[in-house]
Amino acid sequence: MDFIIQNILNALQWGSFYALIALGYTLVYGVLRLINFAHGDIFMVGAYIAFFVAGFLLGPALGLSPFMTFLLAVPLTMALTACVGVTLERIAYRPLRRKGAHRLYVVITALMCGLILEYSNLAVLGASRLKFPELVEKSIWHLGGVTITNLKVIVIVAAVVVFLFLNFIVTKTKIGMAMRGISYDKFAIPLMGIPIDSIIVFTFILGSGFAGLAGLLFAMSYPILEPFMGMLIGWKAFIAAVVGGIGDIKGAFVGGFLLGFIEVGVVAMPFLESTYKDLFGFTILLIILWIKPTGLFGMPQSTKI
Amino acid sequence: MLVCSAFLLAGCGEEKAQTIKIGFNLPLTGDIPEVGEGSKNAAEMYLKDINDAGGLEVGGKKYPLEFVYMDNESKAESATNVALKLIDQENVVAIIGPNSSKQAVPAGGTCNDNRVPMISPWSTNPNTTLDRPWVFRAAFLDPFQGPVVADFAAKKFNAKNAAVIFDVSNDYSKGLAEIFKSSWEAKGLGPVVAFESHGTKDQDFSAQLTTVIAANPDFIFVPDNYNQVALIVQQARDLGYQGPFMGSDAWGTPDLIKLCGEQCYGNFFSTHYAAAGAKGATKVFIDRYEKAYGNTPADYAALTWDSIGIMIEAIKNYNKVDSDPVEMRKGIRDGLAAIKSFDGITGSSKFDAQGDPIKCAVVVKISDKGEFVFEESVCP
Repeated sequence: MDFIIQNILNALQWGSFYALIALGYTLVYGVLRLINFAHGDIFMVGAYIAFFVAGFLLGPALGLSPFMTFLLAVPLTMALTACVGVTLERIAYRPLRRKGAHRLYVVITALMCGLILEYSNLAVLGASRLKFPELVEKSIWHLGGVTITNLKVIVIVAAVVVFLFLNFIVTKTKIGMAMRGISYDKFAIPLMGIPIDSIIVFTFILGSGFAGLAGLLFAMSYPILEPFMGMLIGWKAFIAAVVGGIGDIKGAFVGGFLLGFIEVGVVAMPFLESTYKDLFGFTILLIILWIKPTGLFGMPQSTKI
Repeated sequence: MLVCSAFLLAGCGEEKAQTIKIGFNLPLTGDIPEVGEGSKNAAEMYLKDINDAGGLEVGGKKYPLEFVYMDNESKAESATNVALKLIDQENVVAIIGPNSSKQAVPAGGTCNDNRVPMISPWSTNPNTTLDRPWVFRAAFLDPFQGPVVADFAAKKFNAKNAAVIFDVSNDYSKGLAEIFKSSWEAKGLGPVVAFESHGTKDQDFSAQLTTVIAANPDFIFVPDNYNQVALIVQQARDLGYQGPFMGSDAWGTPDLIKLCGEQCYGNFFSTHYAAAGAKGATKVFIDRYEKAYGNTPADYAALTWDSIGIMIEAIKNYNKVDSDPVEMRKGIRDGLAAIKSFDGITGSSKFDAQGDPIKCAVVVKISDKGEFVFEESVCP
């Protein structure tokens, strides 16, 4: 029993990262119908930004305590990562959109942007891995046979809070209404006096900002950074978003945790090797898509988000 | 007149000094970039020594050495590509590397098929040299390392059982884990209570570690690369594991301490040499390396140094330099096969019929200051 509960906690933590990244995919897709393949690398950039922000705040110039650093690093990392996302939108996606390029070319541009982020990181910082400093003093709690750290709790709570927050923004606010409007018809929306570019920038700020948060939390949980850390997790989070029904916030959240549970579950099975993790995981996801091609919560081509 | 002077300018009058070109197949980026860098540093030091003295004296004439470094990105498929590039485009006469068995096993096949002598400094998997007359190595083998680890852990930790976590997509890690398991069981030391695997790109090991810890092992054997070790040790502690870890020679990188920090202190691993407390030629090498690059050379740097030494001895055995690389390669291979023993800075070794050295292993403890301290030496 302890074994199962422990693995549920493991899966909740791992799924939280998928969910946080999948939310970013889904937001941008929901508004622009664009699969922002650079999103996993924005997550990676977020982790590196967190590393440098933490290094600066802890460093001799300011010398803050680790906990103060954590409190300040959260908004700073989110803001700086959001800047990276918005920059990508400005220099890569907006010019293509203005020219009326087909969506396919924008997706390929996104893939390219991701590679540029990876390899510019490799070129500037080198292949050597970085060690993320410990910001939250770790306490390990033993509840019966189950062990949980405060960091695990922070990660899981953060994923839930971010989901609730985004859900609130999209469904309850005016700007969320505008986002849903663009998703419905991006040619009619400007006629209603809604500044379409500002709304799209806002979407990128949200998506990239939370990728930054995911990067920070990931770097705290798995404190070894390398330039390609965002690639695989980014792809998997994208698949999670598709299975959840891309464009739907609830779908991304559920899809992320679903993938986390499948991966941890397959590894935890006593009679299965860890090599079967991805094979089983993606077979299950494929079966879900066979049964429901729009994903768990997706609607066939009406309003997304 | 004009034509002749043009030729003179181009160097037709004097014969261009022929160089001996040796290729290096190194992981300069990817999962283990420190390994590539350490090897390259050692090679640069060796190259400078030889070329400052006017080159390598072969058959009464001095030939400068030329080293070509290529990055295999720590990937198996890139390692074979690099080997082919070094052979076909660079026309090297011999290849040193790849270091890790994951790359050395496939690249060894490529070199053997193309009849190019290759020495892997750091690969410990038997398959690297098995039935490959053109492939040699400078490190001991996992069938030797596995029992060393098992004996040491049984004695040191009073272990009655063991758990293993390893990288299933890495020949080195998988091979050593299996050898360890069979030697642990063959010695009747007790059961291997958990035998868990993971992938190279994995970052979360908590599911595997939950299984491992639930089996309540006396120690956990982790034959993994240093970057994964840092994550595995931390996550095991987070899941409440208090016991010791035992590692293998892939731990022996200064970066292990940088990435793992205090959580790795007090653990043991088997390796090729211990830098702390070294004597003689080993100490000279360590001091020079530290002066040149500002950090202690890890085992792969020392083994690269020895590999180059073995290669040089093979060239001297052949005692001539051919302009045709194919001819030269054959000569070097015969020269390598003729070496019966070699005194290097990682200890002296004898070579068996497979081209594998028979040499001692050391077990190292990670001290409270993060230094690798000599604990025990085990000889075959």
